[in-house]
Amino acid sequence: MITYIGRRFLWIIPVLFVVSIITFSLMHAVPGGPWDREKKLPDATVARLNAKYGLDDPIYIQYVTWAGKFLQGDLGPSYRYIDRSVNDIVADGIWTTVQLGVMAFLLSVIVGIPLGIFAALGHNRGPDYLSTSISIVGIATPSFVLAMLLIVFFAVNLGWFPTGGWKGPQYWVLPTIALAGFPIAVIARYTRASMLEVTRKDFIRTAHSKGLSDQAVVSRHMIRNALIPVVTILGPTLAFLVTGSFIIETIFGIPGIGRFYVTAIGTRDYGLLMAMTMLYAFAVAFLNVVVDVLYAYIDPRIRYS
Amino acid sequence: MATNTTVVPGQIAKPKASVGPWREAAGRLFRNKLAIVGLFLVSGLLFAGIFGPFLAPWPYQVQDLQAVFANGGRPLPPFSPDHLLGTDQLGRDLLSRMLDGARISVTVAFVVQMVIIFIGVPLGALAGWYAGLMDSTIMRFTDVIYAFPDLLFIILLSVAFRETPFGQALDGLFLVFVAIGLVGWVTVARLTRGQILSLKETEFVEAARAIGVSDRNIVLKHLLPNGISPIIVAVTLGIPVAILAEATLAYIGVGVQPPRASWGSLIAEGQKSLRSDPHLVTFPAIAIALALIGFTFLGDGLRDALDPKLKGKQ
Amino acid sequence: MVSANEEVPTGESPTIVELSSDEVLRERNAAVLEAGAGRKADHLLEVRGLSTHFFTPDGVVQAVDDVDFEVGYGETLGLVGESGCGKSVTALSIARLVADPPGKIVSGSIQFDGIDVLKLSDVDMRKLRGKEIGFIFQDPLTSLNPTLTIGYQIGESIREHLGLSAKAARDRIIELLAKVGIPRPADRLNDYPHQFSGGMRQRVMIAIALSCDPKLILADEPTTALDVTIQAQILELIQRLSSEFQTAVLLITHDLGIAAGMCDRVNVMYAGRIVETGTVDTLFEDPRMPYAWGLLDSLPRIDDVRGDRLRTIEGLPPLLINVPDACRFNPRCSYARDRCRESEPQLTEREPGHSARCWATEPGGWIE
Repeated sequence: MITYIGRRFLWIIPVLFVVSIITFSLMHAVPGGPWDREKKLPDATVARLNAKYGLDDPIYIQYVTWAGKFLQGDLGPSYRYIDRSVNDIVADGIWTTVQLGVMAFLLSVIVGIPLGIFAALGHNRGPDYLSTSISIVGIATPSFVLAMLLIVFFAVNLGWFPTGGWKGPQYWVLPTIALAGFPIAVIARYTRASMLEVTRKDFIRTAHSKGLSDQAVVSRHMIRNALIPVVTILGPTLAFLVTGSFIIETIFGIPGIGRFYVTAIGTRDYGLLMAMTMLYAFAVAFLNVVVDVLYAYIDPRIRYS
Repeated sequence: MATNTTVVPGQIAKPKASVGPWREAAGRLFRNKLAIVGLFLVSGLLFAGIFGPFLAPWPYQVQDLQAVFANGGRPLPPFSPDHLLGTDQLGRDLLSRMLDGARISVTVAFVVQMVIIFIGVPLGALAGWYAGLMDSTIMRFTDVIYAFPDLLFIILLSVAFRETPFGQALDGLFLVFVAIGLVGWVTVARLTRGQILSLKETEFVEAARAIGVSDRNIVLKHLLPNGISPIIVAVTLGIPVAILAEATLAYIGVGVQPPRASWGSLIAEGQKSLRSDPHLVTFPAIAIALALIGFTFLGDGLRDALDPKLKGKQ
Repeated sequence: MVSANEEVPTGESPTIVELSSDEVLRERNAAVLEAGAGRKADHLLEVRGLSTHFFTPDGVVQAVDDVDFEVGYGETLGLVGESGCGKSVTALSIARLVADPPGKIVSGSIQFDGIDVLKLSDVDMRKLRGKEIGFIFQDPLTSLNPTLTIGYQIGESIREHLGLSAKAARDRIIELLAKVGIPRPADRLNDYPHQFSGGMRQRVMIAIALSCDPKLILADEPTTALDVTIQAQILELIQRLSSEFQTAVLLITHDLGIAAGMCDRVNVMYAGRIVETGTVDTLFEDPRMPYAWGLLDSLPRIDDVRGDRLRTIEGLPPLLINVPDACRFNPRCSYARDRCRESEPQLTEREPGHSARCWATEPGGWIE
């Protein structure tokens, strides 16, 4: 078991390596450069800047230089925000982004799983229709539309929450809900389906044959077994939260690193771009391994084999 | 023995002639109300996407500036004459633009899934059938793709190749679709691999091998037809993901460029005048919602219909 | 609760509160449950006119149709028949474990130790299940919860019904495991089902069934999912334990050999009906209806000529929807005549303790 965990984590390294190569190549395949401005800079200036930042070296040298620095924790200079290093930029925003992601994840799980369980227990009756309706809204509404709706109703019309910024707890509510909408729906549906499937299993009949109350059968036998497959979608859920947070950050003006996502591509800020990609890729890969390990842990068939 | 039996001798009912598994599945599908709703919505979308642009009252890029001026420089609201759903600030008919959006969504649905199938299924089949080194290599490869922040990759690809002929195809959309497919084939590949792995050891495969059927034919004629159900479901359920991805990208300005109108870009444009002219956002949002709901219900219905175990034992 | 004859103390003229017979029965049941062990009736289990139907989109499946039988205290009764004849559903009906929807017990009565099972409240029914009635299911791999230890699963019934202290419960579980033949029981308490072999898992199921010393065990094809070599061990175990604890067993099987070896009496079921009943000896020596002949005939014999075809009963069991009034076996019966198609034979006694359902073999019928 330990070797399994260790191996999974070690595999992250080559994966990140390949990701970095692909991103680096693509990045430099994008026409234009970091010095493109509305008004074109004189060629001499551009040449000087390129030389200064080593952008006139062959690609593989540039990559090796970058990789070398990266492995030492130096994310390099930002090509756009000349006075700041990427390390600074990332340090400023990353905890905000992480916080938003964690809150949205917790909300998804805390709301989604019980919603699915109640839907299954009240199959084809009230709780099922309610939960399914919520799920439908969640999957049918893209996060940016949900964000817009939340802002219009709760921030503008009702004035309960601010429309943007990140200056205190009341700023956290709407963005978290907007980001968690889709995962809640997915988790609820999956949990419901899993519970319904577990209901048909033989060991549930055995549990009933022992004279256990319905409540005991549900809580001791059904929920445990139903949640095991649900863990498998936590991985993609986390990936969604990681990559989808940038849109929410942009709409709500949240000072995380997400807002640099698209702009870094637009401004050809190579340094920032590489850092962002590596961070996100690491987060996704790491979280996926954690989920897989969790899955292996909670299923005794895998844990003890 | 009775001599004047008027009672018609009873017939013991014979066991029902068994219907093929596909017909049975179709029967289950059509009994599922939500699936019918999904089917209805999907058909509507397909119709709108394929025939809509021919039936549209206006070409999507035409600007009816006279009407806008006549309205005091403001977009026309729904139910205006000549413009059933209203127009935007430039006088472009919303209904026609939404039909263009439908066409884009339909294209997304199919092109993306084609890419996913053509990459995912063969790779998954190879990994599952040959196992060993090929399996490990392909699985590591999927790990890399999986770890990639999808949107970033799509944006990078789109921007990187925008100027190439490849990128110009279909107004830049082709590139986006291929990119979405390139990050999305992993699930299908894993599924195919799983199916092949579990079916590989079954007796009918052993029998086929014993007769001397070639590997390729075993996979193509025996394994895939039997294992294809979850793949069909995954592909159907993958369509809302693709549509959502395209809409999100369009919203941030990647992919569709004006004057073409993806529902996502319509929302982005309409956002600015959300309070004064909500119809510019509401209608595309509803369209997206219906498309997502439709495919999701259909996918659920297919899953319930094709997986006999889920129908419960009696 | 006012009983039927008590006077109600009010200011007005006393009225007698008439209780429905259901309530009377429920009260009596409660009293019986309270009183606990002891023989309250002639037979431990009396099933009369039991019909269990399944309401499906294709029609109403009459899985169990007007079935009568009894199981004596400590007796082992076999319920034998092909797949789909209704034997499993009968057992599930006794414990009211039939999935509802789509199944429903539509008529009949089930008396267990003097208690009217069908009239029990859900709460009282649960007191019976696991405590007085134990179940052994067919497939021990899927019938045990994979995420709970076997110690926990055996202990569930004990905790639910016997109220023992944690230590006493644990001792009892170890004792049970030892009784069913699991080596080193104290060590294996915390193991999970997948860590056991198939035969061992079934022993665990037997331990669960016996955990509260039930009066009746319903064993639904207990060895069908096991290797042949293990089958004998498990059957012997069931037999030994049931006689040791004087537990009655309703053994459901499609295997005549198993029935012959284990049972005192046997009921043969076909298409939801009981078609023959008798002791093992009388049934196997002198069956009185063509289906039973066919079953016994289809058993390969050691003195068969090699190379001869195995004998089978041609055809398939009927669909149990819209069953007409005729002998259900007649399409496959080589002795069938018009009478068999016109009305269904009744189950009539041919000799003491041996009944059969067949027009042809009745006195005055066309077969001797």
